Amino acid sequence: MVPAHRGTALSDLGLRQEFPLLAARPELHFLDTAASAQKPRVVLEAEREFYSERYANIHRGAYSLSVEATDAYEGARARVATFLNAAPREVVFVRGATEAINLVAHSFPGGWREGDEIVLTEMEHHANIVPWQLAAQRSGLVIRVVPVTQDGRLELEALDRILGPRTRLVAVGHISNALGTLNPVEQIIRRAREVGAMVLVDGAQSVPGRKVDLAELDPDFFVFSGHKTYGPTGIGVLVGRNDVLPKMPPYQGGGDMIAKVSFEGTTFKLPPGRFEAGTPNIAGAVGLARALDFLEEIGLDKIEAHETALAKEARSRLLRLGGVTVYGPEDVQSGIVSFNVAGVHPHDMATVLDQQGVAIRAGHHCCQPLWHRYGVPGSARASFGLYNTMADVEALIEGVQVAQRLFA
Amino acid sequence: MSLSELYQDVILDHNRRPRRYGQPGEDYASAEGTNPLCGDSVTVFVRTEDDRIADIRFVGSGCAISTASASLMAEAVAGKTVAEAMALFQHVHDAAMGAAEPDEAMLGEVAAICGVREFPARVKCATLAWHTLKEAIAEAGK
Repeated sequence: MVPAHRGTALSDLGLRQEFPLLAARPELHFLDTAASAQKPRVVLEAEREFYSERYANIHRGAYSLSVEATDAYEGARARVATFLNAAPREVVFVRGATEAINLVAHSFPGGWREGDEIVLTEMEHHANIVPWQLAAQRSGLVIRVVPVTQDGRLELEALDRILGPRTRLVAVGHISNALGTLNPVEQIIRRAREVGAMVLVDGAQSVPGRKVDLAELDPDFFVFSGHKTYGPTGIGVLVGRNDVLPKMPPYQGGGDMIAKVSFEGTTFKLPPGRFEAGTPNIAGAVGLARALDFLEEIGLDKIEAHETALAKEARSRLLRLGGVTVYGPEDVQSGIVSFNVAGVHPHDMATVLDQQGVAIRAGHHCCQPLWHRYGVPGSARASFGLYNTMADVEALIEGVQVAQRLFA
Repeated sequence: MSLSELYQDVILDHNRRPRRYGQPGEDYASAEGTNPLCGDSVTVFVRTEDDRIADIRFVGSGCAISTASASLMAEAVAGKTVAEAMALFQHVHDAAMGAAEPDEAMLGEVAAICGVREFPARVKCATLAWHTLKEAIAEAGK
């Protein structure tokens, strides 16, 4: 382990060398993990090992190699299930959180009826807005929106007013990718249940950085992406409760999702197979499972404490510079810090920081309605992952000062 | 490639005090350009007399590069014929993309925005206003 920095025990988990890209670019301060995380050696190795030693198509088990590949894929499903405290039959592999949400919007249990209401929040990612808008256009649904307070929290009183007998679904981000806010999803689920509505929780930003227990939380749907969870791109997960998924029609048709096909009529597999048409991203699932092992080996509580500590330090030091607005709640709850510097557009900030070797996200972060609410076009966002250290915070602060001097 | 090549004094000045900024009266043709990737938007207003850009204004929100580019463009093409403006657009486009060496004599102050050629992620910021100008001129010709 690298020695602790500046007296903060958790300011360096000593994991940078486990990431080949970061090891090869010692000057890079990568602060865009919320967009996509870098990949640890063990994940790259797991995919390589699977392709070179156990690869064949799955669920076509007339030969032993296919059985081995199937075991690896289904083993990955079981791994996701234990990671989130769900059952394997509740875990559907998809391309990512975006596809998971589109799947639910398309195949909503019981189907949509005209006038059904879907409740979203003002801080949702476009991936948790646009699929619902498309469903609304097709089926005459009404979308209602929970507003966000000035300090970046949901207005829960407004949720109480919005929820009603017509509410079929509440879809909410667990942690806001733009603000870093940890939303009170337990309360939201409880209130939605009182009016008989279902809840989808978008865990794209929570799964990589904190312990999530779905048996305890008990949402109807939960989604996340592999690539933000230190796993491969093109793999993600929909978890649907075991009493909900069987009520849903298929999303895409094709091979592997059927029980029996004839031109008179086709019957479908039970979930999760029903929702996995065609050959899935088998190696991606294997890589994701290895990424989840990696996170558990480090410890989710440790990761959460580490990332939050870095974000907290970045937040308070940004504010001390003066002329900086930081969005999101004062009590930092994740590794995300979103800010604007007076007189410096976020894109110019990103370019100046890039020249100092600091990679941040700038712009609307796929949350245009949120920034409309704040009356700005977007923000600069630094997001911390498990490989970041206090040296990255230092570099961020120094870079912001360079921008302040340049645009003074 | 250095920050001072991208953020030249001319750019910083036009970003701080954009020229020809503001919404004019009804007798202007206009077009809106947006960059969906970053959310930048600019609306260019032109009033043509015969084949000449008699006046040009713009409004919008964007980074220093896109704001300065719009401001420099408005100053440069005001009073020019449409053909001259389009020739300038073509050259700015090519120079910003790195497909041509900037012709300082032709560009004047506008040459400053060609600093983006070393910053591929920012080329669209520099060219947004120019593409929008082309559309506004097309509107004026309708």
